Amino acid sequence: MILRCMKHDSKHKIVGSSVPRVDAFDKVSGRAKYAADYNAKGQLYGMVCYASHPHAKILNIDTGKAAKLPGVRAVLTHEDIPGEKSFGSVIPHQMALCSDKVRYSGDVVAIVAAESIEVAEQAIELIDVDYRQLDVVSDPKVALKDGAILIHDENNLCAYHKVRRGNIDEGFEKSDVILERDYSTSKIEHSYIEPEAVLAEPGENGGITITGSVQNLYSIRRAVARVLGLSLNRVRIIQATLGGSFGGKDETMSALCCRAGLLALATGKPVKMVNTREMSMRESYKRHSYQIHYKVGSTKCGILQAIESEIYADAGAYAAMSPFVTWRSAVHATGPYSIPNVKTDVYAAYTNNCYTGAMRGFGSPQICFAIESLIDELAEELNLDPLELRLKNILKDNSITATGQGLKHKVSLKEVLDNVTEKMGFVDKWKQNREQKRDTAFKRGIGISCSYRGISLGAEGTDAAGVIISIQTDGSVILSTGLIEMGQGAATTISMIVSEKLGITPDRIRFLSADTSRSPDSGPTVASRTTFMAGNAALRGCHELLERIKPVAAELLRCPEQDLLFENNSVYAPNKTSEGDRKIPFSELADKCFQKGISLFAHGWYKSPPTTWNEENGQGDAYFTYVYGANLAEVEVDCITGNVRVLKFISSHDPGQIVNLSGALGQVYGGVIMGIGYAMLENYAESEGNPLVANFDEYLLPTACDIPEIETTLIHNPDELGPLGAKSLGEPACEIAAPAIANAVFNATGMRIRHLPLTLERVKLGKELVRIDSRGSVKARGG
Amino acid sequence: METILNTNVEIKVGFKLNGLLYEKSIPANWTLLQLLRDGLGYYGTKCGCEIGECGACTVLLNGQAINSCLVLAPQIEGAEIWTIEGVADSINSLHPVQRIFIEYDAVHCGFCTPGMIMSTIALLLENSSPDENTIKTALAGNLCRCTGYVQIIEAVKKLSGIITEKDLEKFRYSE
Repeated sequence: MILRCMKHDSKHKIVGSSVPRVDAFDKVSGRAKYAADYNAKGQLYGMVCYASHPHAKILNIDTGKAAKLPGVRAVLTHEDIPGEKSFGSVIPHQMALCSDKVRYSGDVVAIVAAESIEVAEQAIELIDVDYRQLDVVSDPKVALKDGAILIHDENNLCAYHKVRRGNIDEGFEKSDVILERDYSTSKIEHSYIEPEAVLAEPGENGGITITGSVQNLYSIRRAVARVLGLSLNRVRIIQATLGGSFGGKDETMSALCCRAGLLALATGKPVKMVNTREMSMRESYKRHSYQIHYKVGSTKCGILQAIESEIYADAGAYAAMSPFVTWRSAVHATGPYSIPNVKTDVYAAYTNNCYTGAMRGFGSPQICFAIESLIDELAEELNLDPLELRLKNILKDNSITATGQGLKHKVSLKEVLDNVTEKMGFVDKWKQNREQKRDTAFKRGIGISCSYRGISLGAEGTDAAGVIISIQTDGSVILSTGLIEMGQGAATTISMIVSEKLGITPDRIRFLSADTSRSPDSGPTVASRTTFMAGNAALRGCHELLERIKPVAAELLRCPEQDLLFENNSVYAPNKTSEGDRKIPFSELADKCFQKGISLFAHGWYKSPPTTWNEENGQGDAYFTYVYGANLAEVEVDCITGNVRVLKFISSHDPGQIVNLSGALGQVYGGVIMGIGYAMLENYAESEGNPLVANFDEYLLPTACDIPEIETTLIHNPDELGPLGAKSLGEPACEIAAPAIANAVFNATGMRIRHLPLTLERVKLGKELVRIDSRGSVKARGG
Repeated sequence: METILNTNVEIKVGFKLNGLLYEKSIPANWTLLQLLRDGLGYYGTKCGCEIGECGACTVLLNGQAINSCLVLAPQIEGAEIWTIEGVADSINSLHPVQRIFIEYDAVHCGFCTPGMIMSTIALLLENSSPDENTIKTALAGNLCRCTGYVQIIEAVKKLSGIITEKDLEKFRYSE
């Protein structure tokens, strides 16, 4: 763990330093309560009946035998749904319980509540469902062909986005070198270590209270209210301590909350539902697999003229976040480069595979892998080194992006690239590696990658958030927001921003977990938007409070308001009052304000700066600001076995202003290692709509033994829009690991691998092996 | 009339958990993980995969780190078990392993943390001065999706050679 050139900004007292996480005590002592740790007296246990086929018409569901099993309290099908049968934030067609047909193997046709899990499981076995099997569509390109079997009522096109800039034909005409390449990426399971869980309790007023492992409480509440036929104020969703999410506990949790809610209302009893890992793997949505075609044109000396791309995303059975995920892909498809002529087409297609949605990166890891591999391939063709080609084309201050947006902030791409390449002597090392003898068993390679990333939701939709700040009469503070802590450290960063502004120490601040009946709807905790949005909202709340309490403090200290300093749980006016440095404890000030009838409660609300988007040509100011990052990977390839070992990783990012230094580093480390899993291990493989992996014995994650030395350099580049200059980091840290590794493998072996993950067989044999029938039997794909 | 599916063949087991003696009648088909969580309310031990891959359910069984999802509860007759709830002597005095995890920001979502801490203690019981590779190997059975392991490994490295026998003695198993 090495950290370089961290400039701690002395302007701030707390922001920019390392502060222990505010929730760490509960987590190291075993006190933190995760969703599965909640129980209610007399609770029942819910269980689901999964589809027997990935695509089939439901002819009949017979629940008679199951309902008669002693200990069973309810068996429900779509017929028992009081509200709408389906939900969905973008397209409301995801079935809480399937009615006419099943569309993927994780679809649910019936649910059971019973006195024990064992009885519930036995009841599920007794449910008879008659199906008429339908042909399965498992390839998104095939799904979009004329005459393809339909997954939903209309055609299989889930989403389409385009970007048009300049004149693509002229761009290729001006090019001396044109390259066309195909890339593909695998489907990725979020692999939060905590499987999904909920406890649904019938509430007063005919409502329902659901405590669960939820990431986006408000979209989940909308789904539950819709399916249960309740008004929003009767559905209360409470977030339990969340055991990881990475974008994953949204629609999956909507479905689980709807089902537990249905059972709780039907039985009048609390119902607990906990997914096993196998259920989670089967049912929960994944990161999209992409098939990507690029055509790039450049002058001889390496000035990019045109990029044309055609990108297909596997949306699986339901839309979920696919329309937004693929939109982000469209915006970022040409990478962090100035390109005068762009033609980008991104399609998401319905298939009978597991549906796909938000996962850390949100449409960028796929793109980053492809475009950053492509740039290296082009450099090779042009006889340039990968750094040189990048530096000739990267976005700079005032550059225009592919969507026609002028970059008004300080663009730090060159700086991050310099940070990862200079110390290593990248170019020399890269050249040396190419001289390695052909018959060497272990070959070294080095590769780089870079990216730009629009922060927050951008033109996807309305972007606003609120933070409630409530000062108590003892000077301690309660924070409440609809944006959540899920392990990324939001509770600590937001507490630190409030701490900075009010001059109270983080230990005096309590960040409540979100509760839809108490916290303001702040949209989803996604898109690396929490520090930015909640941070800005918190600043506004602090400002409002200070406006109210400052006059009281000034009166107590007999000094002008502008001389007041809030610091270390007290307020004083250094050398400005007749009483010298007399400090008033913040607790005393808070109590005084309360006695005077001054409100110590504020709701800071922040709406993001405007963005624009023209659907017709895919032009607009897609995001209000961007962050920049670069990676370098050094690998050793075992040419006998195909094993790739990542030896060293250098990661440089521009998060604007760091809030919590150790938390920021943690985001980079976690992101890089998740990226290494994406590059080398992970693949949620499916065959004709059936998953081939069920648990962590087959779906492989990086372990402590797989991690390289990671060196991190974070740039201090405060953005005028960010709270105290902060932007974002969580997703950028993850998206560019894979291409750096693939480029390093090429540098070592001369073999370009265009498909993730870089398995032993792809590195050794240059082709993929797929499992047939049972464990242990494989064949080469395509021959 | 059918009866409720009877999985409740009970068996009596005696064991020591976090320093206290227990004697419980438990369903014979329970795992140690079920006994801890559902039987005794020790929810600090987490359930992540139930096939011994993720390590979230790691506890100490006679001084060794084991996946409690892979041990049948009746097997613990006479055994000594430590879970995360027993690591700190009191709410006011966290164990050095817990403190170092906080200090090094080795805790993100926290779901793997109890297992990580138990594996760390088991490692230190065996070797109080482990080097980096030894630490990595000892923690390789505990999956973490948030941290990328870096801060966890750094935290344990910091304790290497510093941890005292006094900090470990209560976990030591003597037949």
